[in-house]
Formats: sequence, C-alpha cells, structure tokens
Amino acid sequence: MAELRTETMTVNMGPQHPSTHGVLRLVLELDGEVIQSVMPTIGYLHTGIEKTAEQKKWQQVIPLVERMDYLAAQSNSLAYALAVEKLLGLEMPQRVKDIRVLIAELQRLASHLIWLGTHAMEIGAVSMLFYAIRERELLLNINELIAGFRFFPSYIRVGGLREDLPRGFHESVNAFLERFPAKIAEFEGLLTKNDIFRRRTEGVGVITAEDAMQWGLVGPIARAAGLDYDVRKYFPYLGYESYDFAVPTATEGDVYARYRVRMEELRQSVKICKQAIARITPSGVWACDDPRVVPPPKDKVYTEMEALIQHFLIYSQGFTVPAGEAYVPIEGPRGEHGTYIVSDGTNRPWRVKMRPPSFMAIQALPAVVKGGLIADVVAVIGSTDVVMGDCDR
Amino acid sequence: MAVETHDDGLDPELPLLTTTVEKVVQWARRSAIWPAQFGLACCAIEMMAMAASRYDIARFGAEVFRGSPRQSDLMIVAGRLSRKMAPAMRRVYDQMPDPKWVISMGACASIGGVFDNYAIVQGVDQVVPVDVYVPGCPPRPESLIYGIVQLQNKIARSRA
Amino acid sequence: MTAADIINALTPLVPGAAFEAAPSVDFATVYVPADRLVDTCRALRDADALKFTTIIEITAADYFPRQPRFEVVYHLLSISRRARVRLKVLVGENGSLPTVQGVWKGAGWPEREVWDMFGIIFDGHPDLRRLLMPDDWDGHPARKDYPVQVKKGAQTYEPLEVSENEFRANIERDRVKRTH
Repeated sequence: MAELRTETMTVNMGPQHPSTHGVLRLVLELDGEVIQSVMPTIGYLHTGIEKTAEQKKWQQVIPLVERMDYLAAQSNSLAYALAVEKLLGLEMPQRVKDIRVLIAELQRLASHLIWLGTHAMEIGAVSMLFYAIRERELLLNINELIAGFRFFPSYIRVGGLREDLPRGFHESVNAFLERFPAKIAEFEGLLTKNDIFRRRTEGVGVITAEDAMQWGLVGPIARAAGLDYDVRKYFPYLGYESYDFAVPTATEGDVYARYRVRMEELRQSVKICKQAIARITPSGVWACDDPRVVPPPKDKVYTEMEALIQHFLIYSQGFTVPAGEAYVPIEGPRGEHGTYIVSDGTNRPWRVKMRPPSFMAIQALPAVVKGGLIADVVAVIGSTDVVMGDCDR
Repeated sequence: MAVETHDDGLDPELPLLTTTVEKVVQWARRSAIWPAQFGLACCAIEMMAMAASRYDIARFGAEVFRGSPRQSDLMIVAGRLSRKMAPAMRRVYDQMPDPKWVISMGACASIGGVFDNYAIVQGVDQVVPVDVYVPGCPPRPESLIYGIVQLQNKIARSRA
Repeated sequence: MTAADIINALTPLVPGAAFEAAPSVDFATVYVPADRLVDTCRALRDADALKFTTIIEITAADYFPRQPRFEVVYHLLSISRRARVRLKVLVGENGSLPTVQGVWKGAGWPEREVWDMFGIIFDGHPDLRRLLMPDDWDGHPARKDYPVQVKKGAQTYEPLEVSENEFRANIERDRVKRTH
C-alpha cells in the first residue's frame, strides 16, 4: 500500500515570473494548494543608488533618484527636491508649487493606471492592460511635452523646475482631464461588479489597521483598512491644504477594498488636477530666485558677466547645502515616500536614503497570505502595488 | 508543361516559387519571433508599452510574450542586471531552445547605464551573448521596434 | 511636538536614560543611548501622549573617520497625535544594538538591511542575514571605506539543485546570531 505522505511541498516562484511585478523571489511552502509559509527574497534589482548618489553633486542626484520607483518617477524627484530645499531653506513661488502639485497628481494617475492594468491582468482580465496603457500613453505625451522624455523627465529640480511650461501644455492637460473621468467609469464598469473579479478579491489578503501600523504600511493599504492617514492632509506640503479633495477609505482591508480605494483616488486626483491647472498661468516664474541654486536664463548668460559666472559655478561645482539632515515625506502612489538626506556642508550629499513603501509591503507579505491559496499570492502582490525598483533601490 | 525561365525563377502562369530552404527557414524564424518575459526594471514598462496597442509589436510577428523561456525564441533583457540576478538570468537563457537571440534593451543592459557601481553588472554581454543593443534610458518603443527589425534583418542574412 | 516635549514625556517612563535633543530643520530629533533603546521605543509606542505606533524607517549613516562611526536613525510616526520623531543612536565600529522587532513588527527587514549595508549587528534579531546583496557577498557596501565600483566579473553559475534541507541549512548558516 502506498504510504501517505504528509510533508509540505516547497515551490519556488522564481525571480523571473510574469506575475511578481519585477524580480521578486518567493519560496512557498505548500500543503496541497494552501500556503503554510512564504519566504520572500529581494535584492535582485539592487542598484546601489544610495551609494552612487554620494558621488554626485546635489542636482545630479535627481536622475538617479527618479529611476528608483520607475512607475511614478517624478514623485521620487519631488521628495528629494523637497528635502534638499528644506535644508537649503528655500521657499518656492506659488506657481512652482502649483505646477509641482499638478505633476505629482498626474504621476499618481500614471502609476495607478499601470497598477490597474497589471493587477487585473494577473487576476485574469488580460485586456485591462491594453486599456490602461492606452490612457497612460496620453500622460506620457504630456511628460514628453514638458521635458522631451516620456519616462524620467527630470523636470522637477532642486530650486524649482527645469524651465517654463511649453506652449500647448494647458490644452493637452485639459483635453486629458476632459476625457479621463469617462474612462475611469469604463474601467469600473468592467471590473467593479464583475463576479469573477469579486470572488478572486473579496476576503483575500486582509490587512487590519492595527497590522498596517505595526508593519509600517501607510498609504492606500492603510486607507483600505480604515485609517484615513494621508500625508497630504496630515503634514501638508506644496500648499495641498488649499486644494479641495477627499481621502477615500474603506473598512474591510482586503484586496477588493484596496482596489476601490485606488479607483476613487483616481477620481480625486483628477479633481485636484482640474483645480491646479486653473491656477497655473501659461507662462511665468518657474524657479525660486536664489542665484546659488538656480541657473540664470540663457539670454542673460550670453550678455552679462555675473550671469555667466553664476552659470559656470552652478554647472561646474554645484551648490553647497548647509550641514544637517532632513526628511520630507510626500504621499506617493504607493504610500508615504520620502528621502532622508544628510549633508556635511559640501556640494555632494553625505547620505541619501529613500524610504521605500514597497519594501514594507513585501515584508508584510508572509503574514498576509498565510493560509491562502497560491492564486491569492498573486492577487495580494498586485493589490499592495509593489515595484521592485522601489523595494531594492 | 513548359516553364518560362525568368531570372528570379518566377513564372506568372505556374503557381511556383523557387528559393532555397535556408531562405524559407530564416523567413519563418524571423517573422514569428516570440519574446520571453524578462523585464527587470524601467525598460520593462516601455516593453509593455511596446506590446500594447499604440506601438503594437504583434504586427512584427512578436505575437505573444511567453511566460516560460522554454517556449520562446528571443530574450529581451529589459532593465538593469544586478549581480544577484546574473545567475538566474543565465539559467533562463540556458533554458531557451535553439535558435535563440538576445536583445539588450536600454543603457543599463548594454553597458551598465547610469549605474557604474558595485551592484550592477556592467553590460549583460558578460553573461549572455547579445545580438542587438538598443540604447536609451529607457529607449522609446519605436527604438525597440527598430531593434527588433534589425534583428530580423540579421536573421535574414545569417545562415540557418 | 518638539524634542523637549518628547524628552519630558519620556523621562518618567524610562528613568536613568540620558536623552539629548539635537537641532533639526524638520521635526523632533532625539539622541537615545543604545542600552535603553528598547524601553524607549516601547514607551514611545504605548504612552498616551505619544502613541508612535508606526515605524517609518530604520537606516544608518556612516560618519567615518569620526568616532563613534555609525549613527542608526529611526523615523517614527504617530497618526493619532500627528507627530513625527527621529531617534538617533550612536554605534561604534564593531558595535551592536538591540533589535526593536518586538516593538514594531515592521522593523525586521530595515534592520536586516542596515546589517547588510553597514555591518551593524542587532542582538536578538531572529533572521539577521543579507537582504539586498547576494548571500555570499563580502563586505558592507554602504560604508564609506567600501569602493563604489567593484571590478569583478559577473558570477553566472550557481548550484543547479539544492534540496529542501540544504536550503534551510544554508539559511541557518547565513544568519548572524549573538546571544548576549
């Protein structure tokens, strides 16, 4: 008679896998289809951004930092620029703040679109990816309009912005904001009441508010569990207190609740964008007027001596930041995002550390999926919206 | 039936086409080149955008991105290769059946890119043999499509 | 909440600890002695006036050649009191700190990363091994005396088959344990 084997089976969901949102390795211990334990291994995308940043000047770190969380690239550079400006003691003009708010919210839309596309695709609704990327292409067109580059525009710099807004910016953004709410309704019509989607996601991967605080998960995950913590409301930056928007929350804390929270966040972001674009004038000031940090306009560089010297100094040795440390959190699409910088008074950073929200989410993964099925692992990873570039840096 | 001989072997009357086996085989190989999913970092998102509806790669033959390397012809290394990932990547490459090709997409895969440090392998060609290098950070989807077309030309002129 | 408020609230709860407020441009920063770290963290989490229930980040900075060399930095958040605090602990070259994983569950991996990048050992951590670098990597990359560029060929082969027992044994072997 065949003996009854009761040991568990170990399966490797390797670093190359279609559904792990990048290179994440999970070693699953299974009893049949039920998960007994998960051991995640990260580090397959470790890039040493923090150590490389110590070799660059302050302004040169912006492209490096942008490539960390590559779905919401300008949120990274915004967090870094805010921290450096805090140490420098610079105050941005209102127009710069409004443009930065607009860019941050457009990035949130772009990141949530990829989240929606890949999450739904992994659950089975493959065509959502095509719909979501179609809308994201319009946002990338806007990025291309302002800085010539789809993905990592490096438009937000320390001291303000790279240059003034181009012609046609208002028309593009307004056309997009006209069109997008109908698309959100279309996506919701496809998924929200879809029976298969609901059965895959309801009751799966529950994270309570208490757990979220213990694990350090703040962002859409905590908001889906009932906490209404949003950095834009609790510790406002860039003048968010003057914008009228709501923070969506849910109470169940499962995958479906996180989906609903993020869909509502799309709507709220569109609302903020409409308010922001109404406040921005087509042309005007695009940086603060600190001559040590902001390069002068090119026509002055060609005609005035002081402007030439200032331009030369900024681009050859960079500006120096007074010694100290700063951490300014922002509400990124994944949660609280911030950059902890330490300066020793020279023109290079001493330490740059980015606080990665996906890191904490993957750390909590074993506790969340224990007792679930393998298919739930895929749903939970998708709902926590992890990006391995953010996690490994 | 008499066959009129033209210099390209084509007779408008007869439904006959003469060519070499090699040309036909290489035509088949390059027209249906299926990539394996090997997106590592930011370039993977551009690869997804290339596969989506605006820059549709399916019209060039790369119809499906296979999840398993054992069923694919092409490995597009999209993104920065860290030292920890290098053995896994070599394993995936070894699992692909011949004939196989590799496109190194982006600056990080080609030469290490912006990241010249301890953690990133400075060029994926230290690990796998590369056929086409596509520069950019990340390359636009049109650049990557151009890279795939160049690979198709390379397959056309190489021996089967 | 300023650093002085936090120190005033902490002093009755953690007697005998020498807290020191540090100047900062963004939020309260307090230097904490290493031996009272866990008690301080527990008091910060539980005290009614403080309620710092969320751990945001644990990281470190290397101030080579100053002695003590490292500064381990803890960022905490109190949602109910709308406050943030930064705790800093000075650690020497081969020093170690007690783990705060018992206070906040989310402290496990950040402490592993600090060990991986800096070489600071956390006593009592159940799973202290490399997180971001390969398991057999030599050295701690974020230290100031570690080079940025390492000219080494890529290692492309690893053992094809590892049995389950070997896998677990490897993990046990890589863990750093300190019992005192």
